[in-house]
Formats: sequence, structure tokens, C-alpha cells
Amino acid sequence: MDGIFLQQLVNGLTLGSVYMISAYLAAISLALLAYFGIESFPLLILGTLIFTVVVTGVYGWVIERVAYKPLRNSTRLAPLISAIGISLILQNYAQIAQGAKQQGVPTLLAGAWRVDIGTGFVQLTYTKVFILLAAFAGMALLTYVIKYTKLGRMCRATQQDRKMASILGINTDRVISYVFVIGAAMAALAGVLITLNYGTFDFYAGFIIGIKAFTAAVLGGIGSLPGAMLGGIILGISESLFSGLINSDYKDVFSFSLLVVILIFRPQGLLGRPLVAKV
Amino acid sequence: MSAAKPIDIKKSVVDTVLAGLISLIVFGPIVGVVLDGYSFNLEPARVGLLVAIVMVGRFAMSLFLQTPKGVKILQGFESSGSGVHVLAPDYKSRLRWIIPALIVIAIVFPIFANKYLLTVVILGLIYVLLGLGLNIVVGLAGLLDLGYVAFYAIGAYGLALGYQYLGLGFWSVLPLAAVAAALAGCILGFPVLRMHGDYLAIVTLGFGEIIRLVLNNWLSFTGGPNGMPVPSPTFLGLEFGRRAKEGGVPFHEFFGIDYNPNIKFMFIYIVLFLVVLAVLYIKHRLTRMPVGRAWEALREDEIACRSMGLNHVLVKLSAFTIGASTAGLAGVFFASYQGFVNPSSFTFFESALILAIVVLGGMGSTVGVVIAAFVLTVAPELLRSFSEYRVLLFGVLMVVMMIWRPRGLIRISRTGVTPRKGVAP
Repeated sequence: MDGIFLQQLVNGLTLGSVYMISAYLAAISLALLAYFGIESFPLLILGTLIFTVVVTGVYGWVIERVAYKPLRNSTRLAPLISAIGISLILQNYAQIAQGAKQQGVPTLLAGAWRVDIGTGFVQLTYTKVFILLAAFAGMALLTYVIKYTKLGRMCRATQQDRKMASILGINTDRVISYVFVIGAAMAALAGVLITLNYGTFDFYAGFIIGIKAFTAAVLGGIGSLPGAMLGGIILGISESLFSGLINSDYKDVFSFSLLVVILIFRPQGLLGRPLVAKV
Repeated sequence: MSAAKPIDIKKSVVDTVLAGLISLIVFGPIVGVVLDGYSFNLEPARVGLLVAIVMVGRFAMSLFLQTPKGVKILQGFESSGSGVHVLAPDYKSRLRWIIPALIVIAIVFPIFANKYLLTVVILGLIYVLLGLGLNIVVGLAGLLDLGYVAFYAIGAYGLALGYQYLGLGFWSVLPLAAVAAALAGCILGFPVLRMHGDYLAIVTLGFGEIIRLVLNNWLSFTGGPNGMPVPSPTFLGLEFGRRAKEGGVPFHEFFGIDYNPNIKFMFIYIVLFLVVLAVLYIKHRLTRMPVGRAWEALREDEIACRSMGLNHVLVKLSAFTIGASTAGLAGVFFASYQGFVNPSSFTFFESALILAIVVLGGMGSTVGVVIAAFVLTVAPELLRSFSEYRVLLFGVLMVVMMIWRPRGLIRISRTGVTPRKGVAP
């Protein structure tokens, strides 16, 4: 679950399939790099990350161009339906291109830290440490881009009021395209990290992840970046605690119930601002 | 506007090359490099084919969009003819003729249909029912419900569980399932009263998933992923099997006709058709009643709706309740049509499909929902011959239909009124 809280910029549905595509891309790039004889971990992971993020970013751009841009001025629900269509297309596409069997990546970083506590011990593999560090680095980068760069300011302006932003000279169409590319790149980062963590994936892997990403974003409050991160952390930790301590069959039931309960008391999400409508 | 511009070939070529490059990046790795364990096989031919298809398609599209006809289509996208379409007061819809004709066709249909056709149409009618129900929640009241399939599951499992534990049959469960689903709708409705937009969507989605996961994991009660058997429906206690259980008389012997295995489906079809007609009629009346007007007011603007003195709690709950009860009915029909239920029929994809029916039909339009339901259930059957590309093509169909008609197949229209002469307005 470590990488999930990175994914909030795009609709959770397509994001899930984009994530799945990025898992394939990561495995392909690892296989290619290994074929060319590259074996040192930093090179491998750097190459894989760059390759996956770039190609997935292009995927994000293409999806936006084909399925969302024509629907920019239409009803609120039209993009949702084409998102569902796109996620079906991507799922089936990966299945046809790569086969329905489960795929895997080799363990890149062997070994773990062990801390003895009394009679037992706590073990933290290097892979997990790396994932944690990379996830935080990704979050920091995203926060920086959104908060301090010109692109980030344009994104926020477009989000607040598209018409006003375009009056002020922002090419909102292009900003929305960029947002999709950024979202897909973040999904790619998460995809690489989750693939490293679990080691296996298949063409169906995206759906539940996409839903969870959406859940995390809503839990934290839509439009709030720290909120999405907090939502992801709460969701990830509570789910693994619940499945470890109580019952793993009902872990998704638990996380959805948690979401419902939190939203009953805070309908705008944990860190979201309450929606005040001007009349 | 000036006369038609000459076609700019250079622009088309640039577009084509760009599209080719992008499709090379997109398709190259995933289609060209097939993973095989930790190594891979190269398949450049497939990539070449795909890129060629994309380039040819892009070139043709680029040329076409520069012709006068193409420009017209592009302009159609730019302008968004939104809102409700108001008809002249004395306008008479062509539906006056189409609806009786359709009813006649529907009555004659089972005599000529074979079993396959009958099952396809039954499925279509079930989705019409689901679409009509969700249309109340999403199309009329504007409450985005992504977990609608939960009520469908409640109806279907209502029949299976009612038979297993209480010995209830099709006819007694039919109203009970509607009531149970309506109660569930009420239970879902209360916590989401204060939520809007995405928050509402995710909570309803969560509700749908909770119901499915409970059905999937509660092995001792629902049979888990293995599912449960469902009894066949009966007609006044007569069974449709070749032989009746416990000394009863089967339907075909009672009426002295030859045994026909289709007769069960024919019966389901007829009952379902009557229920669909009844629901259509009720819905048609509801939209013209104060409650229907209140739903639409809520959809357009909640604050305005509340300041006009409408009780938004009642309006929202009634939409959820009535919408859910329709899904409960559909669930009972689905279960008896399949003869078996298991949780895999009630995934999120099903909710998405029903939502697609409502949106493609044109939010709030009854005729549109009926057409869209048939398109989206018959299309997968027609695509069966493409076997492994079926889901892919279905996804393409969804995207293309949405782009082609972003506001749905049928626009909502309303007959206008003219003030009578000599009467104070």
C-alpha cells in the first residue's frame, strides 16, 4: 500500500489501469536492462523509473486526448463513462498483448534489517525501506511542483475556476493535459514501487488499486494534497492492521466502512475545506 | 464564413507522423516486448501493424476533418446545446405510433424467438429495469450512485436465500425483494444526505463493494463464491420442468401441450415485460407528480430547491428508495433467469454498466434508457464472434458513443404551455 497515496490527480478508475500498465512497463524495462547486462541496483532502478514514468506519462496524455478532451464541455458524468470504457480497453489490451498469466519481477534488493526485541524480532527488508523513501521523495516532488512552480499555480488556478483562469491567459486545455501526464507519472511511480513490493502482478491488478486511490483522495478531502497523503496512510495502515489482527477476508469491508463513518462526520473529507456555495 | 479552404496536405502529414511516433511509444514496449518469466520475446511485427493502423487512421481523419462536412462535425463538438429542450405546446410526439408498435412486436416476439434470442431479450429487459431505477437516482435526482448493483444483489440473493431458509418462491419474493431493496436504499440514503459529488460516489461505491464482499465471504450463510441455487418460477403453483416435484402437475401436462424447455423463459419474459411496462408507466407518472418535479429541482440546484421549501431529506430518500426497489425487482428476475446466483454477477463493473446505460440514454430520458439498455446488452452478444477482443471492443464502443453523443442518445424534452386567452396569468 505504500505507493498508493501518490495517486490522486486523475480519476481513480483510469488510474488503476494506468497503474497496471506501468507495472508491465516496469517489468519490461527490468527485463530489457538485464538483457543488456546492467546489474547494479541504482542503474536498474533509475532506468526503470525513468522509462516507466515517461512512457506512462505518454499514456496519460493519449488517454486525455482521446477520451476526455472531446468531453470537456459536456455533462459531469460523461467523462466518468468514458473513463470506465478506457479502463476496460486498457485491461483487455494488456491481457491480449501480454497474455493472461501472472507476471513477476525479480527481487532487486536482497537482505533486511533485523531488530531484536525481547524474544522476537522486527524485520524490515531493504526493498521496503527503498519504497518508503521513494514514496516520500515522490510526494515531496509533487508537493513542490503543485505549490511552488508556475505550472502548479496554473493547475490550482484552473481547478478553482476554469473560465477565470483562461481569461487570465492560462491555456486551460493544455494545463489539464499536463495534469493528466503528472497524474499518470505519479501512478507510474506507485506502480513501480508496488511491483517491487509484491513481485507479481497481472492484467487485473489495477482495478482495486484505482478504487483505493480514489478512496484515499476522497477520505483526505478532494483537492487537498496533504489530505490525499493522509488518507492513503490511514487507509493503508488501518487495513493492514485489521487484516493482521482480526480478519483478512473482511479488510476491504473494514476500509469502506471506515470511509463511510469518517465521511458521515466530516462530509468534506479529513482535510478538505467545507464546500460553501455562493448563491 | 469564407469559402471552403483548400485541404492542407502538409498538416495532415505532420499529424500522421506525430501520431505514429506517439503510438510507437505507447504500443512499442507493451505490444512489442512480451514478458516470459524474467526474460522476454520480441514481437516487432505486431507493433508495426498497430502503428500503421494508427497512422492510416489519423491521416484519413485529418483529411476528412478538413472537408466541409468534417468542419461541420467539429463545430458540432464545440457548441454544447445544453439544457432541456422545450417543445411547442401542440407538438405531438412520433412516439404515439412507435410505442404501440413496439408493444405489439414484444407480444408477438416470444412465439417466433428461439431460446437464445429469448434469453438475450430477457437480459435486455432486466437492464431496462435497472436503468429505469438508476435513472431516478442519477438522472432525475442527480445523486451519483456507483453502488447501485448492491440493490440488484439484494433482490437476487433475496430469492435464493428466501428459498433456502424460508421456502419462499418467486411470487412471494418479488414484492418482498422490492421492499427489502427499498429498505436498503433508505439505509444507504441516510448517511449520504449531506454528501455531494465525489464523496457521494465513493460512499455508494463502498456500499456496493461491502454488500458484494459480505456475500462473497459469509460462506456459511450465502455459499460464498460458489453461489446458491435458485428455484424456477411457477404459474399458479404449476411448474415448468418436464416433471413436477412431489406429485404436482407440470405446466405442459395441465394445459395438454407438448413439453417445451423454452416455456420457462417465455414465462419469465412475459412477467418481466409486464413489470417493465408497469414500471415505465409508474415512472412516467412520477416525473409529472410533485415528487418527480422535486427530484429534478434537486438535481438542478439543491440550495434553490431547499429555499423553495422542499424537504431535501424526503426528496433524496424517496429517490433512493424508489430507485432501489426497482433494482430489487430486477434482481429477482435475474436470479430466476439464471437459476443460480453468485457474487461475481454483482461487481462494480455491473454498476458501471448500468450507469453507462443511464448516461448514454441521456440523463433522465426514459426512451433513451430503454434504447441504451438494449444497445449495451445486445452489443456484447453481437461481439461474441470477436472472442478475445470482446471486452476491448465494448470499451471502445462506450468511449465512442460517449464522444459521439455526450449528452446521451435522447435529449430530455418537455412540452411547453401557452397561457389561455382571457385568463389572468
